[in-house]
Amino acid sequence: MKILTGNDLKTGAVTWWDGTGWSLHVEDAVDVGEEASAIAAREEAARRVNVPYAIDGTVDADGKIRPAHIKDRIRALGPTVRPDLTLKPADPEAGNWVI
Amino acid sequence: MYRYDQYDQAMVDTRVAEFRDQTKRRLEGKLSEDQFKPLRLQNGLYLQLHAYMLRVAVPYGTLNAAQMHALADIAEKYDRGYGHFTTRQNIQYNWIKLADAPDILADLAKVEMHAIQTSGNCIRNISSDQYAGAAADELIDPRPYAELLRQWSSFHPEFLALPRKFKICVIASETDRAAMKLHDIGIRMVRNDAGEIGCAFYVGGGMGRTPMIAPLIRDFVPLEQLITYSEACLRVYNRYGRRDNKYKARIKILVHELGADEYARQVEEEFQHLLGQGIEPPIAELERIKAYFQDPPFEADAPDDLDLSDPAFAAWVKNNTHAHKQAGYVSATISLKPVGGIPGDASVAQMHLMAELAKEYSFDECRVTHAQNIVLPHVKKADLFALWQKLEESGLGSPNLDTIEDIIACPGLDYCSLANARSIPVAQKISERFAASGKSSALGELKLKISGCINACGHHHAGHIGILGVDRKGKENYQLLLGGSEGADTSLGKITGPGFDEDGIVQAVETAADVYLREKQEGERFLDTYRRIGMEPFKEALYG
Repeated sequence: MKILTGNDLKTGAVTWWDGTGWSLHVEDAVDVGEEASAIAAREEAARRVNVPYAIDGTVDADGKIRPAHIKDRIRALGPTVRPDLTLKPADPEAGNWVI
Repeated sequence: MYRYDQYDQAMVDTRVAEFRDQTKRRLEGKLSEDQFKPLRLQNGLYLQLHAYMLRVAVPYGTLNAAQMHALADIAEKYDRGYGHFTTRQNIQYNWIKLADAPDILADLAKVEMHAIQTSGNCIRNISSDQYAGAAADELIDPRPYAELLRQWSSFHPEFLALPRKFKICVIASETDRAAMKLHDIGIRMVRNDAGEIGCAFYVGGGMGRTPMIAPLIRDFVPLEQLITYSEACLRVYNRYGRRDNKYKARIKILVHELGADEYARQVEEEFQHLLGQGIEPPIAELERIKAYFQDPPFEADAPDDLDLSDPAFAAWVKNNTHAHKQAGYVSATISLKPVGGIPGDASVAQMHLMAELAKEYSFDECRVTHAQNIVLPHVKKADLFALWQKLEESGLGSPNLDTIEDIIACPGLDYCSLANARSIPVAQKISERFAASGKSSALGELKLKISGCINACGHHHAGHIGILGVDRKGKENYQLLLGGSEGADTSLGKITGPGFDEDGIVQAVETAADVYLREKQEGERFLDTYRRIGMEPFKEALYG
């Protein structure tokens, strides 16, 4: 599975292609298959995303998409050492999702 | 400390205006990311794992209170309430919005700071001894010369597109507290047989994927030829340094491949040529700079004794203060390494407090250390207890300087797009483990340094115990190194053997520490014992 990620131009925030636009939440990501390059080029040209690129994704036991590599999982969540600054500050188990 | 003149201020203000226009054009879509990237990097703005990251230069680590307050204000107004002090004596902000970056640079310019040349293949921030101008064992204050080098290297048209980045360190003590020999150029102020003060040049050191200790290239360069000789060193590198392979582009590779003698010969040839060109700044300029580094008005009869009846205060004094050249004073280190904390991070409140303490107790001056701590360089011994109490109240009183809890750690995979493994959680677990076991004080001086990748921002090669995080089939793995040192006895650590997972590396560090406690002889540090008994007893304990 291939999923598409990049950064918001203005904030630098990590974003994920959800099929129609860019989401902050990796669980919204969709499999882009062979379309990654075309979508990335179109979206970057329209300035809706900064430096997009495709990564490998997997589906976890709950059926949710999960980046295959730990670096991308940390991008998706936020720094594991500052749970208060992650996208899930109220979830004490959020860090386990990364490992 | 140095203050900008109208030229310094105009240069920085002009750069802010220029970057404001470039940012506007990027946000309007008139510049692509490929076009904009080199422009933002020239102003210290990276795109990191979670957001834009801004690296701000702190020249030779020196700040006044207004500057530290401004750094705190930036963290509060534009970031998420904290900053990260780095092993290059700089500060980084991790959550910057692109549209805010020009305003941040403008705020920095108001307190005579900037982020210029904190990225890219240019001469980076000049580093120095955190006790410069204060240490009892210092020959002279190296900072005027560091400042001269800063001015020479800022916007130097010939050296803005070097083969790779370039780091210079200037010290003036026999004891190296700045990892001087692990820089591209390390300069030590020395006195020759005739009693004259000059500079010994060590060229071609560095860490990263190919760690090397800089060889001595010239044992004495007269002070009035400092810039000319530096220029000669850079010119030979700029001419012959490799540009075809970024992993072989640092000057250490050139010096290694040419051989130190041949490199020195070529530098000498260029030096002789340059001596006729009159490029050395006039003495009047050096004197102008020196005037900013006069000693503060020390009390000549400040009492030199200390009441150490409070054991907690005594422990802090023992570990966190350093002998001062002026009787009745010390340099005091504020540890940014609380047990379980993030090495080098400081909150807005802590930065404001450190600024206030610098103003109240240290003649309006503080220093960032390469070990990610903050120094108040000139504290009257009579004020030390009051200072310590304020630090204790705010969680900044950890008495752990140069102990196993005073860990250098790069941001690692929690923040850095280059990292392969997380550094900070490992540092947190190790400090918690040793604080809980009570072994820290028994271990004494033990410098532990962690890098999350081979680029070695966490100086793992130079740790008595070093840890290198690697990616092993998509999982974090940690290699253990022993025997590194950054001091006068600079050495590079050696890998013990197969790596460990996150919990395994914490246990491995304790195992190595236990070998030391078992084998040490009277007066030996961990490093001394390792050098005496070698790697085998450690390997035996680690791997059986």
